[in-house]
Amino acid sequence: MNRLSVVDVARHYGRRKALSQITFTCDAGEIVGLLGPNGAGKSTLLNILATLLAPSLGRVEYGSLTAADGAALRAQIGMLGHDLFLYPELTARENLAFFGRLYALPDAARSAASALDRAGLAERADDFVSGFSRGMRQRVALERALLHDPRLILLDEPFTGLDQTSTQALVERLKERQRAGCLIVLATHDLDVADRLLTRAIYLKNGRIVASDTETTGLAERYRRAMQ
Amino acid sequence: MIASFLRVAWHVMRKDITVEVRSLEILSTTMLFSVTVVLMFSFGLVSDGRPVDDVAAAILWIAIAFSGTLALGRTFERERHNDTLRALMLAPADRPALYAGKLAGILLLLVLVELVLVPLVGLFFNAPVLAQAVPLALLLVAGTLGFCAVGTLFAAMLVRARSRDVLLPVMLYPMTVPVMIAGVRGTAALFQPAPEPAVAQFWLGLLVAFDVVFVLLALWTFEPVMTD
Repeated sequence: MNRLSVVDVARHYGRRKALSQITFTCDAGEIVGLLGPNGAGKSTLLNILATLLAPSLGRVEYGSLTAADGAALRAQIGMLGHDLFLYPELTARENLAFFGRLYALPDAARSAASALDRAGLAERADDFVSGFSRGMRQRVALERALLHDPRLILLDEPFTGLDQTSTQALVERLKERQRAGCLIVLATHDLDVADRLLTRAIYLKNGRIVASDTETTGLAERYRRAMQ
Repeated sequence: MIASFLRVAWHVMRKDITVEVRSLEILSTTMLFSVTVVLMFSFGLVSDGRPVDDVAAAILWIAIAFSGTLALGRTFERERHNDTLRALMLAPADRPALYAGKLAGILLLLVLVELVLVPLVGLFFNAPVLAQAVPLALLLVAGTLGFCAVGTLFAAMLVRARSRDVLLPVMLYPMTVPVMIAGVRGTAALFQPAPEPAVAQFWLGLLVAFDVVFVLLALWTFEPVMTD
């Protein structure tokens, strides 16, 4: 998957329009930020991109694939939600191994061990996730999302609750994935961190794209202008 | 294809059972609840060691339905807590296989509850539970499968609904009335002083037909229902 095309996508909940006329394209190696106030439609759009929600109108193309390709497409998508998609009653290793098996990885146990190494949590591998700090859980959750080496990475508020060190580690990991040619789409309110990271910003307000740009500095000011 | 389906269902069921073995939350609450139901009815409907005619079968199925509803709600509450149901839906696996795994996990839990419940009903209501053990076991498994097949689909659908605790029984009980009627009538036929295996077989046939229809229907509708 080298290109993501969102064409005239809308999502309605009854009479309420959560998204309207969303159109944009991005390519492999880009980090795209979905920016906007609460209720702007960022999470809805991420859910549509993740095929967790069907658009009411429009279409999404993932290179030559569409949502109709089902499992073949989902094998190329990794998502980190605001809730971390981890089972607190399982250990970090069990969580990762479980998802590895669901992803049909050839050696789920080894993949889980490597992921824990990358997360810097090899020594806590057999501890229950319920005993982890928010930052540690976030690191496990990110590695869960990347376990199957997805080409499209979707992140919903990935910096929430992280201290500076954890934030920096997450930024580095995302840049490494960017260099590997992945396409990253993230929704965030953290403009300071996003400013150093994004290659493209898409500004959403009331379910519509109000602006987009590819500038690399002054994100807070651009955001303020877009939201006026 | 079938191997992949069964593999995913097995991993989901195994994960659910592992989580339950660690917490014993659902098993203990459903067990306690169903035992309490049987005890309370036994105080009201048994006098001088003689129960009201044909009441044992009804009590047994009431306890199964109530504890089943409790188990269904709690199982999906767990998936809702960290939004893990979305993580399951994101996996590059057949989504109906996720349903099958959840169904198998709940079914196994309820069968464990029934292993305690049935002897208890036999004890308190003088029901000959051992005399027709095999047909009784078949009726219980077929009835529980039908109840769980519908319940698992509804519980998954309602996982993000605000009033899911109210909506689940409201949707589930009317749909599973045929299961309850067939279960009660079939079990009552086996609990007679002169058991009527032919009558029980008729009701068992009806339960099997219900199971086939609703399991297939749930497998078919699970993906669209969860993404719309």
